[in-house]
Amino acid sequence: MADSSLHMPGSSAPAVENTVDDTSPPLVELRGITKLYGSLAANNDVHLTIRSGDIHALLGENGAGKSTLVKILYGVVEPSAGEIFWQGEKTVISSPVEARNLGIGMVFQHFSLFDELTVAENIAVALSGDWSLTRVREEAKTIGETYGLTLDPDRGVWSLSAGERQRIEIVRCLLQKPNLLILDEPTSVLTPQESERLFETLNRLSAEGCAILYISHRLDEVRRLCRTATIMRAGEVVRTIDPRRSSSREIAAMMVGADIGEVRFTAAADNTREKLVVSHLFFRSEETHARALNNISFTVHAGEVFGIAGIAGNGQTELFDVLSGEQPTSPGAVIISGMPVGDRGIDERRKMHAAFVPEERLGHAAAPSHTLSENTLVSRKDDDMVRTGFVVFRLARRLARRVVSAFDVRVSDKDPEARTLSGGNLQKYIVGREIIAKPELLVVNQPTWGVDAGAARLIRQSLVDLSREGSAVVAISQDMDELFEISDRIAVLREGSLCPPRPTGAWTKESIGLEMLGQGGEGVSP
Amino acid sequence: MLFESILLTIITASTPLLIAALGELVTEKAGVLNLGVEGMMVMGAACGFAGAVIFDSTVLGVLCGTLAGTATALLFAVVVLGFGANQTGAGLALTIFGLGLSGLLGHSFIGAKREPVSMLFIPYLSDIPFFGKVLFSQDAFVYFSFALTLLVYLFLNKTRAGLNLRAIGENHNSAHVLGLPVLKIRFWAILFGGACAGISGVYLSLVYTRFWSTGMTSGKGWIAIALVVFASWKPGWAVVGAYIFGAASVLQLHAQAAQFNIPHQILTAFPYVATILALLIKSIRYGRMAGAPGSLGIDYVLD
Repeated sequence: MADSSLHMPGSSAPAVENTVDDTSPPLVELRGITKLYGSLAANNDVHLTIRSGDIHALLGENGAGKSTLVKILYGVVEPSAGEIFWQGEKTVISSPVEARNLGIGMVFQHFSLFDELTVAENIAVALSGDWSLTRVREEAKTIGETYGLTLDPDRGVWSLSAGERQRIEIVRCLLQKPNLLILDEPTSVLTPQESERLFETLNRLSAEGCAILYISHRLDEVRRLCRTATIMRAGEVVRTIDPRRSSSREIAAMMVGADIGEVRFTAAADNTREKLVVSHLFFRSEETHARALNNISFTVHAGEVFGIAGIAGNGQTELFDVLSGEQPTSPGAVIISGMPVGDRGIDERRKMHAAFVPEERLGHAAAPSHTLSENTLVSRKDDDMVRTGFVVFRLARRLARRVVSAFDVRVSDKDPEARTLSGGNLQKYIVGREIIAKPELLVVNQPTWGVDAGAARLIRQSLVDLSREGSAVVAISQDMDELFEISDRIAVLREGSLCPPRPTGAWTKESIGLEMLGQGGEGVSP
Repeated sequence: MLFESILLTIITASTPLLIAALGELVTEKAGVLNLGVEGMMVMGAACGFAGAVIFDSTVLGVLCGTLAGTATALLFAVVVLGFGANQTGAGLALTIFGLGLSGLLGHSFIGAKREPVSMLFIPYLSDIPFFGKVLFSQDAFVYFSFALTLLVYLFLNKTRAGLNLRAIGENHNSAHVLGLPVLKIRFWAILFGGACAGISGVYLSLVYTRFWSTGMTSGKGWIAIALVVFASWKPGWAVVGAYIFGAASVLQLHAQAAQFNIPHQILTAFPYVATILALLIKSIRYGRMAGAPGSLGIDYVLD
């Protein structure tokens, strides 16, 4: 079965035009692109023009249609209507292979990597069959040295950080000498220092004539890096602007269609009641490739938001599992309201008025094919929805409706299945479900991962409000801006160890970034 | 010499397991869990035996058995890849289907007998005392099983198609956005698994027992599936696993013959208990699904 028909057709990228030229036809032009999913228009009559050497931002909330549009451009999704012009010629891109042959490279938000394969294998698998592993190794090294993207070709991808993973994706694209590089939320998993390196690489590519289509939620970045920005809302292009001439707030307002405002943050009340004490926590999970937790100690008081920063894969999941009771440890390692509970399960901890929101929305925090009211029941230990052993669904539905209205969850149906909600809406629901019970301790992992600006603000505000009513909140997040916005104190998790927490005001983005990379400590931060 | 003859029967018992396990290993590496190995194997055994009797030719019998295994796998491929049916359910159904249909097809061949297949004596090497007999005087299937192990290893680790197959098994969504032909590669992987199961079945009816009886695979297909897990999806380890199990099943026969005061049912169960123990020890040492392809058994539905 090793016959040649399984190989991909050879890629022969057209010659690269290394000049920015406004008079020649644009590199790529989308005209009237429409994509319908049933009756829903994910893209509606979208026009987009990208020139060689341009760094073009594509902005919009979740569900605005950005991902669909780039998938169409990369040949993953077929448009229902509309035309694509490549260097002035009408083109049909019907598969990623064709897109690559044109010279389009894409770096995916949730990386398109294979954990159990090595770096070189991961690169080779996206290239045509005439790339041997030896050649991949050599050329990846050359590219890496030129653009500052160093990689060890023989390491397994599972052992790499998010930044290193992204480098693989970029090197993979660069080996094909792209004319257009698409990056989907590239900095959402990077430290500030890693982001800086990425920007340098991108500026360099752009100077060499490569066009870049840059999708991001982070408007500060876009304003620094990009020269053009196309803003989308509800599947349509709202406007195309020069992002350097507008403030982040103005751009955000265009994305949402209304001013979203900022999280109201009042100083924490002085409170010495210890809600959660973690002391000398050592933990090694049995999962493959899990991170061991190494002597973690911290205390969270009532009335404060305690932020835990860090790059993904440094023990966040493991720490959350231990705090919530999914993974038992020694009793004294986790103390909730003075009770040692390290060896107790989730239910017992919930009975002590603790609540938990895990990272994975579907399948972990919510059962996908269950309705919202059923999903409300499962995380509740209150007996008020159960009468003599039977569930009173009327009460469950009433509670679900309360969550929906209090947290502005947009639903298509009275009591829809969890999987039918968009990511942001479901996140509002599962956070709301816990908050509405007024827990004394709330532990939440990645509270606004992949959630749009409006929903993120609402979730963040409700976390702050909950703490100000006297609860203790622990927020584990990769989003540093978020932690700065909501936390009273922040600690950084790196390689399974937690640095001593400091008040938010004592941190800067740089000092946190260095701590994440393990270069923190005295006198290093600028 | 008793030891030598035991060793020879161990090889005979292990070879079909090894061939079937290698086929399933490739299928699973592509991310498809085919629980129908037993069904494909028993189809191979019935059709292989029938073919050999009708044409009075072992070679044509092997061909018929291989085709029967492949055809049974084709059914699975169409249902799972074409219609997106659940892999676990389809695999179980395939086993039941294969056991039933093979009983029907093989009915008129019950009682027929075949001459033993000829051994291949490798010149000079087979003259070496003991080793010559054990290693170099086997039937073609035994040599084939070792050649296949090497080929599967080389294919998976040294060829581009093998890399694509592993990538698809690891993460079919990523593979799709990179433009790898997920369904096409899975299709061929499933057929390969079927062909191997078919050959393995032929071996049972033409070499191991030399007659056909209904349901004669008696769970060997299931053991082949367990072997893949035991082998952590590595071809070399499949050899180790197959021979451990082969040894267990032969030794229990000798134990029965030696008339220890143990009920024979317990001895018959021994190889299966050994399988469970092997899996248990492995999961305790290395975690439950160490080395499993990331997309194994997960339905693949396009946007």
